Amino acid sequence: MLNIKNLHASIEEKKILKGINLIVNPGELHVIMGPNGAGKSTLASVLTGKDKFNIDNGEILFDGQIINELPPEERACKGMFMSFQYPIAIPGVNNMYFLKEALNSQKKYRGETQLDSIDFLGEMKTKLKYVGLEESFIHRPVNDGFSGGEKKRNEILQMITLEPKLSILDETDSGLDIDALKIISEGINNFRNKDRSFILITHYQRMLDYLKPDFVHVMIQGEIVKSGDKSLALELENKGYSWILNEKVETSQS
Amino acid sequence: MPEKIITDSINQEYKYGFVTDIEQEKIPPGLNEDVVKLISKKKNEPEWLCEWRLKAYRHWLKMVEPDWAKVNYPKIDFNEISYFAAPKKKLNSLDEVDSEILDTYNKLGIPLQEQKMLAGVAVDAVFDSVSVATTFKDDLFKQGIIFCSFSEAVQDHPELIKKYLGTVVPITDNFYAALNSAVFSDGSFCYIPKGVKCPMELSTYFRINASNTGQFERTLLVADEGAYVSYLEGCTAPQRDENQLHAAVVELIAMENAQIKYSTVQNWYPGDKNGKGGIYNFVTKRGICKGDNSKISWTQVETGSAITWKYPSCILKGNNSIGEFYSVALTNNRQQADTGTKMIHIGKHTKSTIISKGISAGFGQQTYRGEVRINKNADNARNYSQCDSILIGDKCGAHTFPYIDVRNTTAQMEHEATTSNIGEDQLFYCNQRGISTEDAIAMIVNGFCKEVFKELPMEFAVEAQKLLEISLEGSVG
Repeated sequence: MLNIKNLHASIEEKKILKGINLIVNPGELHVIMGPNGAGKSTLASVLTGKDKFNIDNGEILFDGQIINELPPEERACKGMFMSFQYPIAIPGVNNMYFLKEALNSQKKYRGETQLDSIDFLGEMKTKLKYVGLEESFIHRPVNDGFSGGEKKRNEILQMITLEPKLSILDETDSGLDIDALKIISEGINNFRNKDRSFILITHYQRMLDYLKPDFVHVMIQGEIVKSGDKSLALELENKGYSWILNEKVETSQS
Repeated sequence: MPEKIITDSINQEYKYGFVTDIEQEKIPPGLNEDVVKLISKKKNEPEWLCEWRLKAYRHWLKMVEPDWAKVNYPKIDFNEISYFAAPKKKLNSLDEVDSEILDTYNKLGIPLQEQKMLAGVAVDAVFDSVSVATTFKDDLFKQGIIFCSFSEAVQDHPELIKKYLGTVVPITDNFYAALNSAVFSDGSFCYIPKGVKCPMELSTYFRINASNTGQFERTLLVADEGAYVSYLEGCTAPQRDENQLHAAVVELIAMENAQIKYSTVQNWYPGDKNGKGGIYNFVTKRGICKGDNSKISWTQVETGSAITWKYPSCILKGNNSIGEFYSVALTNNRQQADTGTKMIHIGKHTKSTIISKGISAGFGQQTYRGEVRINKNADNARNYSQCDSILIGDKCGAHTFPYIDVRNTTAQMEHEATTSNIGEDQLFYCNQRGISTEDAIAMIVNGFCKEVFKELPMEFAVEAQKLLEISLEGSVG
C-alpha cells in the first residue's frame, strides 16, 4: 500500500525529515508517536503533497507508484486521506456540497459514476449516524463555527464517505472528550477492513484502548527510532521519550 | 504551482472580443450643439425632446468631471468620441436584421431567431446605439405592456416619455447623466399598466461594436399601480486597444403596490492584463418607489469593464416601500470598480437591504461606496447593510466607504462588513479531498456570492456563476 523509502524533507532549507522508512500493508494500523517537533505532522503533509515542503531525497510509493511529484488532489483521488489536526473552515460553502464535490471529483478521476444529490443525501444520513451527528450538521458551512469535537467528527465523516485506502489521522484524538473519543474510535473501527490502512499520529495511548494497532513507531528528530506493538505505546506513556533517546545513544556507541 | 495558475488566469482571453463587420453610419467625433441637434433630427424627435437634450448639453458644459471615485484613468477627451453609430439599413422586423448582426448574437449565445421559442424571454437588443429588433413585442402589447426601443417609444408613446423622462435622474444630476441626456442614442422603454404582472422576463442585451463610439443608452421602466416586472440586462463588447466610454442612464418608476426587479450581468471587455483597452462604465441607475407598498430590487453581477463607476439606487418615497441592492463585483488584473448603492428613505416604514460582495484578484482594486439616508419624516425606517470582500492573492485591494445619514431617531440601522482571503490552507484542504484548485476557488467564490445569486433569475444565475469561474480561472497565489 504505502512504502516510504529513506525520505528526507525540508521547509525553507530546514531539514525536518531525516530518512524515514516505513511500510504499511493493506489492513494495517500504524501508530506514530513522538515528542513535539519530531516531524510527525510534517510527515503527514509530505505524504499528502503539501507544496511548501521539499522532498530532498527518498521515495514515496503508493500502490506501487512513486508519488513524490503528484499533486495533492491526485493523491487524494488515488485513495489517500488525511484527517487534519486543525481542520480548515470554508465559510459560505455548505458541508454537504463540499463533500459531494470531493466525492464526485474522486469518482470522476477514477472513471466511476458520480452521485446525484438525492443518492448522496441518502448515503449521508447513514454515515452521520456512525459519527453521532445530526442531519442539520451537513447543511452548515464547512468547519465554520464548529466546536473542536465537531470538527474532528466531520473529518471522520469525510473519511468514511470518501472511503480512502490509506487514512492518515493527524492527532484526531486531541481536544476530544471521552465520549467523543469513543464515538470517533468506533467510527474508525467500523470502517476498518482487510484492505484499508491507517497511520495514526498521536501523543497519547488512550485512543489505542479502542483501536487495535498493528505497529507503534516512535519518531524523534525526523527519524523513526523505535518500532514495536501496542505495549510500546503504554511504555512511552509511563516513561516518556528520554529513555529511547538514551537507548539510541547507547546503540550508536556500541 | 500557484504562480502558474495566476499566469494562466491572467492570460485568459476575453471570449466576446470579436468585431462585427457591418456598414455603419457614424457621426464624426466631437460634441457641440449641432451634434446634439443632428442626433435628435436623425431620430426624428419632437421639438421638446431636442430642447431637453440641448438644455442638458448646456448644463453639462458647466459641469466638472467627478474625481471622488477611487479609480484612476487618463482624462477623457470628449471631443474624440463619436456620439452616434448605427447600422445603415433601416429595419422593420426581425427577419430584416442583418445576418452579421444575428451572427454576433449567436456568438454571444443569444440567437434572436430562437429567442421566441426559448424560455419566454423577450429581448430588446441594443447594438451600438440603435435598437436592432424587439422580440415578443406584439405578444406583450396584447396585455397592454409596452416594451420597445427608446426611439420607438418617442415616436409611438411621446406622452409617456414626456411624463417620465428625467424624473428620477434629472439632467442636472451628475456629469455623465447630463452627457447622456444630451446625446443618448437609444435604449429600452417599458411600461407595465395597472395591475398587470408581466408574464415573462424582459431582457436587453447591450453590445458595443463600433470603435471610438460612446454608448449612451437610456432605459426607462415604469410599473404602474400593482404591476410587476422582472427585467434583465446583459452586456458585452469587442476587444479593442482604446478605451470605450459607456455612460448609460437607467430610470425606474414604481407606483403604488408595484414591483420592479432589475438584474444585470455586466461583462464588458475589461482590458488586457496590463490594463490596456477596456470599457469605462460610468452609469447612473436609479429607481423611485413612488407609491406606497412599492418595491424596487437591483441585482448586479459585475465582472467586466476596465473601470466601473456605478451606484444603482432607490428613492423610497412611498410609505412601506422597499429597496434592495444585491451585488457581486469582481476585479481581476488591472480592473477597478467603485460601486455600491444609495438608499434614500423618505416615506414612513420604508425598508432597505444592501448585500454587496466584492471579489478582488490580480491587481484589481475594488471599492464599495454606499449611502443610506433616513430623512426627517421617515419614521420607523430600517436598513440592513452587509458588505463582504474576498481577496485572492496579495496584490489586490478592497475598500469600503459606507455613508450613513440618519435624521430620524426611530430608524433602525444594521451594518456588517467582513474581509477575508482565500488562503493556501483552504486550497490545500480542498485539494486533499480530491478537489482541484480551480474547482476549489469556484466553489469558495460561489459560496461567497450565494446570497446574491439566489436573487437572480435561474438562467442568469447559471450564467453568472460561469462568468465568475471564467474571470477567475485559477487566480490564486
